[in-house]
Amino acid sequence: MVLFKGQGTADLGKPWRYEEDGLTVTRGCAWSPPGCHPTGCGIKVYTNKEGQLVKIEGDENHPITNGRLCVRCLTIRDYVYHPDRIRYPMKRAREDRGKNRWERITWDEAYDIIVEKCNEAKEKWGADSILVIGGTGREGGPMLPAYAHSALGTPNDCYTQSGYSCYIPRVAGTTYVLGATYPEMDYAGAYELRYDEPTWQLPALIVYWGKIPTASNGDGLFGHAAIDMMRRGSKLMCIDPRVTWSCTRADWHLQLRPGTDAALGMAMLNVIISEELYDKDFVDRWTYGFEQLAERVGTMSVEQAAEICDLDPDDIREAARAYATLKPAQIAWGLAIDQKRNGMQAGHCILALEAITGNIDVPGGQLIGDVNDGLELGFGWNNLGPELQSKIVGIREYPAYVALVLAAQCDMVLDLLEEGDYFHVMMIEDTNLLAGTCAAQPHRWHDAFANVDFCFGVDVWLTPTIQSCCEVFLPLSTTVEHDTVVYSHYGASPIMAGAVNKCLEVGEGKGDCEIMYDLGCRLMPINYARFKDYYDFLEFYRLGYSQTFEEIRDEVVHQKIETLGYKKYETGHLRMDGKPGFNTPTGRIELYSTMFQQFGEDPLPYYIEPNYSPLNTPELMEQYPFVLTTGARTYCYFHSEGKQIPYLREMNPDPLIEINPEDALKYGIADGQWVKVNSPHGSGPFDGAIVLKAKVSQIVKPGVVHAQHGFWFPEKDSEEPVLYDVWRSNINDLIPHFMVGKLGFGADFKCMICSVEPINENYDTDMQEIWDRFGKLVIE
Amino acid sequence: MAYGLLIDYEFCTGCQSCEVACKEEHGIPVGQWGIRLLDDGPWKCSDGKYNWNKIPVPTRLCDLCEDRTSKGKQPFCVHHCLAGVMQYGTVEELAKELELKPNQVLFVPQPYHYG
Repeated sequence: MVLFKGQGTADLGKPWRYEEDGLTVTRGCAWSPPGCHPTGCGIKVYTNKEGQLVKIEGDENHPITNGRLCVRCLTIRDYVYHPDRIRYPMKRAREDRGKNRWERITWDEAYDIIVEKCNEAKEKWGADSILVIGGTGREGGPMLPAYAHSALGTPNDCYTQSGYSCYIPRVAGTTYVLGATYPEMDYAGAYELRYDEPTWQLPALIVYWGKIPTASNGDGLFGHAAIDMMRRGSKLMCIDPRVTWSCTRADWHLQLRPGTDAALGMAMLNVIISEELYDKDFVDRWTYGFEQLAERVGTMSVEQAAEICDLDPDDIREAARAYATLKPAQIAWGLAIDQKRNGMQAGHCILALEAITGNIDVPGGQLIGDVNDGLELGFGWNNLGPELQSKIVGIREYPAYVALVLAAQCDMVLDLLEEGDYFHVMMIEDTNLLAGTCAAQPHRWHDAFANVDFCFGVDVWLTPTIQSCCEVFLPLSTTVEHDTVVYSHYGASPIMAGAVNKCLEVGEGKGDCEIMYDLGCRLMPINYARFKDYYDFLEFYRLGYSQTFEEIRDEVVHQKIETLGYKKYETGHLRMDGKPGFNTPTGRIELYSTMFQQFGEDPLPYYIEPNYSPLNTPELMEQYPFVLTTGARTYCYFHSEGKQIPYLREMNPDPLIEINPEDALKYGIADGQWVKVNSPHGSGPFDGAIVLKAKVSQIVKPGVVHAQHGFWFPEKDSEEPVLYDVWRSNINDLIPHFMVGKLGFGADFKCMICSVEPINENYDTDMQEIWDRFGKLVIE
Repeated sequence: MAYGLLIDYEFCTGCQSCEVACKEEHGIPVGQWGIRLLDDGPWKCSDGKYNWNKIPVPTRLCDLCEDRTSKGKQPFCVHHCLAGVMQYGTVEELAKELELKPNQVLFVPQPYHYG
């Protein structure tokens, strides 16, 4: 189908594989690597007779992306044939950590070493002495618990970002309150006719709350679907401390102070409830605790919230009224909500807004999965047995976190790593946490890794993280080199599953699913012996035996119309017992949350200040006069990925800090000048500070700065202590460790304070050096 | 017949897929572009609203992907535009499109050489 006027149409109707001008063209859906969320964008991969990748083009047959591609897929060829890519398994001696003394080995030898080390650890210290740490987005991201529980046989998997400040706090909150995972904005993704489908409704209002979906494609949401809908007439509201491009296309922009979202949410609820703009029928029939919620949000007056959030009270009122009256309305709430010690309460407010306005599970509102959808959680857990299960770190201290996602509480894990003699074997899968991605105080993680006897890493690149600590390197294949399945929104809402099709081979890379299968067969046959081969495993793990891989390969994209349905709370599709209602203890959306209460948390939303802020730590503001927010998404990078791809690096060569022109004048900072940035927790190489390049722009308000994350410099010396200059501009070294919320979730990555001081030195990237080093592809 | 690129800059999100698609298709090194995103904003107007327009501008290297369009395909930039705001066609067709919606711009690029 054709969605817009410039869409390609030449290859509409082509099968999954065909010939064109002497080349083989394979259609498929992209996942990773390169890093990305499971959006599964449609690609056509052109290969020649020698099996070499000639080019990548967007697949116009894909019902959601229609041929469109972002720069990260457009440069796949540069990624696949990059001269620095690691193509074979390698090992080095324990004493050679940090040094380029790697030696090529076979997969069998690599697996043998890993099996021996894991078995030794299990015997000497118990299986819980094995730690698996993983990253986000890439296919290996959501596989983190399965890698640990099902394949290595340890209960201890860990997403290292203090407070698990990414997606999971949102998912936890929605699980408690709504009884379902994150309710995604509904963009008609499962319909063949897409926006023309008659049962679907165009949202009258789209709200971005702490999110830039166009750049992030967060959790597999195709962000530009919002643009499609805006071009069809949807209005936009943005709640963001920065003036992003989207904010300039919004009818409402609430430019709040970073970290104050819960206060704003409470005030909006207050307006909607006190002005009786809510959906009374839905509230009566399907929610629990409305009166208590009304009473609680009554304590947050609009004026008080305006004061806290640094907003005009009338703007809050207008936004609340618009959200309550424009129907249907959908909210895309993002990472910013997770990155605050009481972000869960902000999330609770947003969910309450969606519920009391009747926007849950209606066409064009928030889409939730049925009882059979959901994250691939739990594989291998039961077979660990109760004794090992009880040894997952944090199960007693943070049950709301650890028992829900079956992951060790990450701040506790760092403390244990630092103490030493606890974890003896560590797997690093798909994470470059040292590069300012998903860890607070990455310096401390780096130093603590020295206490682990044996580490092995899975990646495409010799990242600073792997270079610093691993004895064995397992090379990953890219998204065009392996067969697997991608599912939008981590399977949490019914949009699509797609075939990731193998088109070529480079070196000996393997995909994450295959590596997990191989390790599982060797270490945990109790979970893996029943599969006759990799494809049998894949069909179980990713497709739940609902389809064979061959079937989905032929289909390329399988839109999940069969599980799509609205108002499933009326039909019983949300509960295991098949009764109407939501999958919560009361069967209703719990505005007053019995689960929060059970975990010792306030059952109602509340506001607290960030740990460090002008209101909470006024005494520090002279030394650290700026509110610091970090980590906004760019089109060119997926966190630390893409720095060695010349066309991507060119888009954003240096790590930037955005500062308002008024502040720049006041502090004597010129646009493009390098600055020293520090915080009360700074552990960077410049007396605690790090250096960033100033971008003087009205994108931030006076008093607020935004710093980019995820920088390392692949053109620099890879050996210790340089380690690709990973510390020079590492913003996460300014973020405190273990200052998280009551349930163990949420850390203030986006609401810290800092100082900014101009310097004379120039660290500008030499793009010619990048081109000379990385522009010549190695094609085999 | 003259051909051009019509760009709806009201909804161009600045993703730069056009730039990179072009570089990939034509093998253009860093520091050079066949189409380049010009970025004007954000700056605050007197009414308190911000101006921010991102406008891809074809350069003197742009040949409108002659190889592709002769086979009935879209130029590589148009094909991949994430917001779907680019159109390729004859100036006559695109001029009509211009009348349908404001905040669009029509380019009629052709590689040029002096000296």
